Amino acid sequence: MAVMREVLIDALRDPSRVPHDTIAWEALIRRGREAGLLGTLAWRLSERGLLDAVPAAPRAHLRAALVVCRAQEAAVHREVREIVRALRGIGAPIVLLKGAAYLLAELPPAQGRVFSDVDILVPKGALPDVESALMLAGFATTHHHPYDQRYYRRWMHELPPMQHVKRLTVLDVHHTIVPATGRVRLDASNLFRASVALTQHAELQVLAPADMVLHSATHLFQNEDLTHGLRDLVDIHALLTHFGARPRFFAELASRAEELDVMRPLFYALRFASRLFDMDVPREVVDAVSRHGPRPPLSRAMDMLLGAALMPDAARASTRLARQALYVRGHWLRMPVPLLAWHLTVKAFRREEGQPA
Amino acid sequence: MRVGPIVARIRSPFRVVESALRLHYAADALAPDGDFVDFDVSVDAPIGVRRYVRPQAVFRFEGREPFKPLPASQAFPLLEWGLNWCISAHCHQYLIVHAAVVERNDRAMLMPAPPGSGKSTLCAALVARGFRLLSDELALIDIATGRLVPLPRPISLKNASIGIIESFWKDGTIGAVVDDTVKGAVAHASAPPDSVTRSDEHASPAFVVVPRYRADSEITLEPLSRAAGFMQLADNAFNYSLHGRAGFDALARLIDSSTCFAFTYGGTLDDAVRTLEALYEMKHGGDA
Repeated sequence: MAVMREVLIDALRDPSRVPHDTIAWEALIRRGREAGLLGTLAWRLSERGLLDAVPAAPRAHLRAALVVCRAQEAAVHREVREIVRALRGIGAPIVLLKGAAYLLAELPPAQGRVFSDVDILVPKGALPDVESALMLAGFATTHHHPYDQRYYRRWMHELPPMQHVKRLTVLDVHHTIVPATGRVRLDASNLFRASVALTQHAELQVLAPADMVLHSATHLFQNEDLTHGLRDLVDIHALLTHFGARPRFFAELASRAEELDVMRPLFYALRFASRLFDMDVPREVVDAVSRHGPRPPLSRAMDMLLGAALMPDAARASTRLARQALYVRGHWLRMPVPLLAWHLTVKAFRREEGQPA
Repeated sequence: MRVGPIVARIRSPFRVVESALRLHYAADALAPDGDFVDFDVSVDAPIGVRRYVRPQAVFRFEGREPFKPLPASQAFPLLEWGLNWCISAHCHQYLIVHAAVVERNDRAMLMPAPPGSGKSTLCAALVARGFRLLSDELALIDIATGRLVPLPRPISLKNASIGIIESFWKDGTIGAVVDDTVKGAVAHASAPPDSVTRSDEHASPAFVVVPRYRADSEITLEPLSRAAGFMQLADNAFNYSLHGRAGFDALARLIDSSTCFAFTYGGTLDDAVRTLEALYEMKHGGDA
């Protein structure tokens, strides 16, 4: 399949091939900012010693993005220390997810990444203790409407986001990595068994390499909001490149996906990492995973929709339309139809009441 | 359009925006084709009824709408606030402090203060008496050199200070008064041509003056400790925490090369300006 061309994707794939003219630089900076990938691009240029060769005007924006991501790194480190302190004595394993995990485990996707909140995974049985310990440490729930509380607690895979009353940082506490009501079911205890302790933080864990990729893939390809889809795909690609250097990693990834029943998201992840970033995946793994891909004509429709939705340009009509279509699909995958109908009805009425829905 | 280090592309169907831009920005502020555009913004009419019924204006930047729409009559102030937001939310290559900055003999005076402390009025008055305008809102501090980067845009005047500056600055250019904004009545005073021409000339910090307007107060200019001056700058900074150690070092260096004062003023602007001008007659580097 043809590799997709786009100025930001090209520059991320091969930072030595950044634009030569002003118009293309403007597009690159603008799309990088829109996709939340300006820091990543700046980091990749800087790592290869190419940042100083960038014309002064776009370079100022890249440097500004680096300033922001360094500050965020420090903030995430600080926040993780506070969370460890708050949860000391709970006796349950604490697994860092996504951005904070990449940063603390010193994995490549952390380089230049933007962080919005910290995500942790704890066993479902430990949720009440974890929640009250976090509240004692100053974290308060952000969704006060009873419907929202029920929505998260009964149907989702996480508590309503918690925010620290003083530091204003946001913490998402998950008990599994997919919604409880979704099409994909997954036994979280499996994830805890495979998780890996951090060398510098014995009290913290991260998901096993394959699970980390699968979590990111499930998150991206089951999600209803693909506004930052490209950023997630950049994470996945960086993880695959990093772990893929280990012998047999891809084969283990595929068998783990089969075990956890998340072959479809893995199929999309490998397909789009290859299509956008020229990712090299062993032939036999592609074949094995492809058996779980969609059949035509759905396969063609999904290729088009995801391809368009992942483009970092919301001004493009095809990207906007594809994101809307996938928004509906994301909800469809998230909950059974009667529940979905109920959920959307409640939201519609609340919007009418003038409340944030 | 180029202002200081920034190029913005501005699109708007509103006549008020066009006439205000023509009034406040010199013809040579137009950046040549082919210059890198930092911020591509528009002040547009919204889609739907509010285009026609009690028309509104909406500020857009890269497909986002960071503010709520305002009445169409406020389109130009909305553009100016939008540009401030673009700069303060993105230009983190600088340490950005909410402060007015003026300069004379390569000695810049920073006036850090929250809105409502009379900083813009004082800034306009100093500029009227020949100081060079660097900025009335955003002090851009170059982290590497510690020098101040000019951003000579129109000075935003509010309520009573519009009339005061109109009578104080006879040869100043003050635009149309826009009533009933969130900040009350607003009018803009153009940056003097000399300030605009010299917008590439960075300036060295020499004074940090924390202004406070009190209607019936005497004028007092009291020395402020360096620590207190530092805290004033840090408290009024937009992105101090982002810069970590480098931000601390840059502010410390700025404070080390400055003398700090707390300035309370009331009465006539003439007296206020004379008091501050007197600082420039002291010996260079003279401690208070």
